[in-house]
Amino acid sequence: MKKALAALLFAIISISVYAQERTVTGKVTDAKDGAPLSAASVVVKGSNKGVTTSADGTFAIKVPTGATALVISYLNFATKEVLLDSKNTVNVSLTASADQLSDVVVIGYGTSRKKDLTGSVSTVSAKDFNTGAISTPEQLIAGKVAGVSITSNNGAPGSGSTIRIRGGASLNASNDPLIVIDGMPIDGGGISGQANALALINPNDIESFSVLKDASAAAIYGARASNGVILITTKKGKRGAMKIDFSSQFSMASISKKVDVFSAAEIRTIVNANGTNTLKSLLGTANTDWQDQIYQTAISNDNNVSMSGVVKNMPYRLSLGALNQVGVLKTDQLKRTTVGLNLSPTFFDNHLSLNVNYKLANSASRFADQGAIGAATAFDPTQKVYSGNNNFGGYWEWLDPNSSNGLKSLSPKNPLGLLMQKQDNSDVVRQIASALVDYKVHFLPDLHVIVNSGVDIAEGKGTTVIGENAASTFKRFKDASNVFHGGVNNQYRQTRNNSYLNAYLNYAKDISAIKSRLELVAGYEYQAYKATNYNFSDRTFDKTLVNTPNFAFDVPEYRLSSYLGRANLSILNKYVLTASIRQDGSSKFNKDNRFALFPSAALAWKLKEEDFLKTNSTISDLKLRASYGVTGQQDGIGYYDYISYYNLGSNTAQYQFGNSFVSIFRPNGYYYNRKWEQTATANVALDFGLFDNRVSGTIEAYNRTTTDLLNEINQPAGTNFSNKIVANVGSMENKGVEVTLNFQPIKNKTTTWDVSLNATYNKNEITKLTISEDPTFAGVRYGGISGGTGNTIFIQSVGYKRGSYFVYKQVYDNAGKPIDGLFADLNRDGVVNESDLYQYKGNDPQFFFGASSNVTYKKWNAGFVLRANVGNYMYNNVASSRGTLRNILEPLGYINNGSRDYLTTGFSGNGANYFLSDYYVQNASFLRMDNINVGYNVGKVFHDKAVLRINANIQNAFIITQYKGLDPEVNGGIDNNFYPRPRTFVLGFNLSF
Amino acid sequence: MKTNNYKIVVAAVFSVFILASCAKQLDLLPKNDVTSNTVYKNAAGYKQAFAKVYASFALTGNNGPSGNGDIQGIDEGTSDFLRLYWKAQELSTDEAVVSWGDPGIQDFHNMNWSANNPMLTGLYYRSFYQITLANDFIRQASDANLATRGITGADAENIKKYRAEARFLRAYQYSVLMDLFGSVPFVTDADLLGASLPKQKTRAELFAYIESELKAIDADLVNAKANEYGRADKAAAWALLARIYLNAQVYTGTAKNTEAVTYAKKVIDAGYSLITDYTKLMRADNNVNTSEFILTINFDGLKTQNWGGTTFLTHAPIGGSMNATQFGVDGGWSGLRTTKAFSDKFTDITGATDKRAQIYTSGQSADINDLTKFTDGYAITKFKNIKADGSAGSSLVWTDIDFPIFRLSEMYLIYAEAVLRGGTGGDATTALGYINTIRQRAYGNTSGNITAGQLTTDFILDERSRELYWEGFRRTDLIRYGKFVESTYLWPWKGGVKGGTGVDAYRKLYPIPSADISSNTNLKQNPGY
Repeated sequence: MKKALAALLFAIISISVYAQERTVTGKVTDAKDGAPLSAASVVVKGSNKGVTTSADGTFAIKVPTGATALVISYLNFATKEVLLDSKNTVNVSLTASADQLSDVVVIGYGTSRKKDLTGSVSTVSAKDFNTGAISTPEQLIAGKVAGVSITSNNGAPGSGSTIRIRGGASLNASNDPLIVIDGMPIDGGGISGQANALALINPNDIESFSVLKDASAAAIYGARASNGVILITTKKGKRGAMKIDFSSQFSMASISKKVDVFSAAEIRTIVNANGTNTLKSLLGTANTDWQDQIYQTAISNDNNVSMSGVVKNMPYRLSLGALNQVGVLKTDQLKRTTVGLNLSPTFFDNHLSLNVNYKLANSASRFADQGAIGAATAFDPTQKVYSGNNNFGGYWEWLDPNSSNGLKSLSPKNPLGLLMQKQDNSDVVRQIASALVDYKVHFLPDLHVIVNSGVDIAEGKGTTVIGENAASTFKRFKDASNVFHGGVNNQYRQTRNNSYLNAYLNYAKDISAIKSRLELVAGYEYQAYKATNYNFSDRTFDKTLVNTPNFAFDVPEYRLSSYLGRANLSILNKYVLTASIRQDGSSKFNKDNRFALFPSAALAWKLKEEDFLKTNSTISDLKLRASYGVTGQQDGIGYYDYISYYNLGSNTAQYQFGNSFVSIFRPNGYYYNRKWEQTATANVALDFGLFDNRVSGTIEAYNRTTTDLLNEINQPAGTNFSNKIVANVGSMENKGVEVTLNFQPIKNKTTTWDVSLNATYNKNEITKLTISEDPTFAGVRYGGISGGTGNTIFIQSVGYKRGSYFVYKQVYDNAGKPIDGLFADLNRDGVVNESDLYQYKGNDPQFFFGASSNVTYKKWNAGFVLRANVGNYMYNNVASSRGTLRNILEPLGYINNGSRDYLTTGFSGNGANYFLSDYYVQNASFLRMDNINVGYNVGKVFHDKAVLRINANIQNAFIITQYKGLDPEVNGGIDNNFYPRPRTFVLGFNLSF
Repeated sequence: MKTNNYKIVVAAVFSVFILASCAKQLDLLPKNDVTSNTVYKNAAGYKQAFAKVYASFALTGNNGPSGNGDIQGIDEGTSDFLRLYWKAQELSTDEAVVSWGDPGIQDFHNMNWSANNPMLTGLYYRSFYQITLANDFIRQASDANLATRGITGADAENIKKYRAEARFLRAYQYSVLMDLFGSVPFVTDADLLGASLPKQKTRAELFAYIESELKAIDADLVNAKANEYGRADKAAAWALLARIYLNAQVYTGTAKNTEAVTYAKKVIDAGYSLITDYTKLMRADNNVNTSEFILTINFDGLKTQNWGGTTFLTHAPIGGSMNATQFGVDGGWSGLRTTKAFSDKFTDITGATDKRAQIYTSGQSADINDLTKFTDGYAITKFKNIKADGSAGSSLVWTDIDFPIFRLSEMYLIYAEAVLRGGTGGDATTALGYINTIRQRAYGNTSGNITAGQLTTDFILDERSRELYWEGFRRTDLIRYGKFVESTYLWPWKGGVKGGTGVDAYRKLYPIPSADISSNTNLKQNPGY
């Protein structure tokens, strides 16, 4: 027995010592074009022996006798097994599977197989992005995702967008979603000189968006996830031969509509018929269209080049972008240069992979004085543009010989003068650097240790200069020796320094015997947000000191510290369970309220995998999902105000005791018990595919309840240093349904036609607002308008939707004309006062829709994207403030232009209540053709060295609406002096080498 | 090789723990704002916090002229005490009308305000704001806190005076609230901030509190005329007592005319005298009028900037054909005028006879057809941002004019009225003498003097209007005389009707703002609202 054992042992040892090894060589290529794939993994099946291919795709591997096959794998390509038999050369071509690409979805802290998703995650990848002149990333997916409304703030270059996912969950805290770029949550705030933080990201660098809408998907971001999360993944280097991509776009933008104001002739008629002799004598002889004076046709261009490939076994992507966007408002311009670098090397037989991103953006802007927009609608069209003398830079202005500076007090200033006499130039540099280290543990390859860290550093600075003679600031300051100084010569500067670190473990185990899979994530995350705001003196053009700030700078700062965990279990490939939990701590709350737990759970049932459907040829996919979870919110509130701090008054806010002035210290309002606002979301959904997924879609319903609403409430008099403070009082509900439908009506060799539709219904109701219920308390009024000092148009009231208009009910005559100054006495107490205001409509749409269509025919493609909102109303502040006789015959002694709405109402403008007439709250439902595009693939050019594509777009092509103002889509619901969104024609080409 | 792997894992796990320690970094402090311990560590800090208690009268916030307001829910420029108090006291009467469409502003003259009126809400919270600041300061200035912070000697003595003045300011604001709103919630330094919901005190209870408080601080206040300009002294407390005693019948149902006589006399005897020229009362350098002014709200065009106060009272009545330069400002706001009921109180409105008639008529009509039209109704030229010698104030935008909360004329008028209403301790001859002192200044000679027979309470009501118009007295006076809501005395557009009309009696009190009713379960609304 012992001998036998010894013999066996000897045999084993001798086999291992003398085992024959041979070398197998070969090449790995892309099945599509035969391009070599470098750094593909080649492993002997059943062992951990492996090599990676070199830059030309070749490999050499030592194979022991008895090895049966090689396993060849490559990211985003289907893995292949090649039987070895006696071959010494193995050439393999791998196929990039479209399925495989779309199968993986970026989610919070990792990726997920699409089929294992339990939460509501919508993805949009580069091929489905909006095209045309798009200078800011979020516009790439406007109208593409159900439940997500993306509205550009206005037509200014680089202006941001207001993004609402399922309507937003808060009242006074932020309703903006969290945006995460390559794993790094970014701060929503802009920087001095560039109000839109996203405008510093080059849209051309973006690979895909994932929108996390329900709690199951988003709760892993706990603290900041109540308004949904948008994950942006930027492009990475691809293995293969070096690829160069060059694209260039030229665009021409101009306004498509002007504010409807009177012509010079009409103003003459009105003033001559109604004005005093003084006013009549002020009428000019010119016919000036002031809106024509301030707007221009803007020619812009955008050039981008990117290179990707592999150097020394390290995939890279380098991109450069140069945007020069000119505004339709004269003097408005944004020049942006961006650099993006991505490196994604792997080490130790692919056990350690690194993904390094660096982005640099430099924007140089000149900001136009947007006051010119209102001035152009208000300025008397009978006056000429230039006065003919040199006063006020030659611009015609309203004069008053009795006034100290020779100008009519409070009169509007020459719109063109406002633009031309102001130089507001900013220079912003932003750098985002992040590194993700993913270590696949050698002795336990199912376990990954992932560390992701990054910094986001920005500096914005600029100068505002207005000339000594400019009317807007003429003789604005009288110095100690009674000498007047005019103009402005000021600076601004801000830096931001945000840092981020997270570390987590990811364990994934396939239990193939029972077709099951387990994935666990556990980690820690730390985020720090810090800005330095510099304060500068106010100086006149000749640098005479007007005012000095108390402090040279301020450093607002907040931090978050969080633990997170998630388990995802897929059983029998039929049932998927996900549970996540996160504990967040925020520096914005006191020690006792600082930490909060945000759990979620979800379940998916893959009906298609059940026997009764498996063989069904019509239904190609069917999945039912349900989730519930809680998310938190602490954005948009004060950083430190859980205790009372004392604030030093400015040197223009001192108080005189005796002969000296004493600086004041004020205790600030505070709310010690402030804590996390919480939103609980329940979500049910059905994902389906029919006819081999030619038709696919999702129907989803949700119910979101926000409690402990961060809500600015009145304080009982005498109990706080502020009469209003953001406290956790109140609750609100959002209910909605979303439908997404994608289908392919035509698919053959020459033609494909893809159509994508999405529809969203959202209903919002405030269910609680105050500590004590008082029927006479209408609610919290907000939303300042132009007209009267301190008039507001919105209210938050219990039982109504967020942001209802709060207005008087206009009384109309038999002909349907509103009667001047007559409003319904709704409470029938015999007087019309604030108690007769009522909640009426709101700015949020009840329904919104997105539709896109794309047809490819041979080398041609054509498509469009449109959006529609239904049930949204707008307060037409241009009509209410400018559509009265009193406005035209300005009591201050000059003439204004007016809104032609005056012809409809004939309102005198006397009295005060008409500003709040429900007549001015107008239906702003609309259908907007966002984008029409056509493209042609020229094919190979330059002796087959490159591929050329040409495209043309019309953006903001047309809009169908019955709204009477300039644009039915004004964020915030108050249409006043809106910077018009231009209609833009774009011509571009793309060259790929 | 294996050991290397372990090292990597250990390093990774270790780094997780290092990250975890970041959790302790959640305690952050603001860079420039400071805690109470920093503010109150020395006497200079006490003075700065004390200055804020006073500044709450004049400023709208911590940034002049605006940008960091004290009161939320109202346009900051309209949120200072004087502008709001003035509207409530003057626009509701025959003395003033306004052309603007600010929310709620026309309700005053139309007498149809509701509990949601933003200006009444702003005024209520402004008064309570100063009370809350005073309470905080009184707590911080307690003997125990001074001892703990090592503040002794002359510094401690000074701070004790500050403390008495903070109590005075608190009593003053309670008197304003008592007059306007009747029964209001009550908080003092004894109530820890936010610890419990304040309870309402009746109007009579408030009266008793104010009376006792003003008497209690008498010993700690600086002697009359001995304090720094702008700060309250004993005379200010006596003047306030005289004022509330005169109205005691309205506040408590019991007249206190004898006490009114007593305290008016105490002020008069403290050594005050009228300045010689009535038209120099409200000028850019009126801080020199200390012989007549007992306590002022101080404004400055460069250092105490805001859009209310005397900046409002100077700009707002300029419009039509008026030349702003002559008022020392850069332009008018075309808002405030007066009614014929007021201008008719002067037999000669040109100011040639009675110099107090500072009325502008050119291009203005006496009658008002449209409240919102500036040229309907005469304008008032009482406030000018020009120094007595005709030179300019420090700024053309913000005025230097200080506003007297108490001045000697009112004490003369209180004395006379209280004597006529049966108050003892004074006499009719002295009363007549005081009234004629006022009139001699107004006329520049004795031609306007009245006789004992002419001195009636009704005469005094009109004389108060001629002397004190646009200084924030009128509503209180009309209520005391039973002429505010009643149909017995009408003025143009009273109650929103051109010829004037009486309104419901409940409007003698303003409503407690809904904003407070909905946040404090202890409160009961005034009847009628």
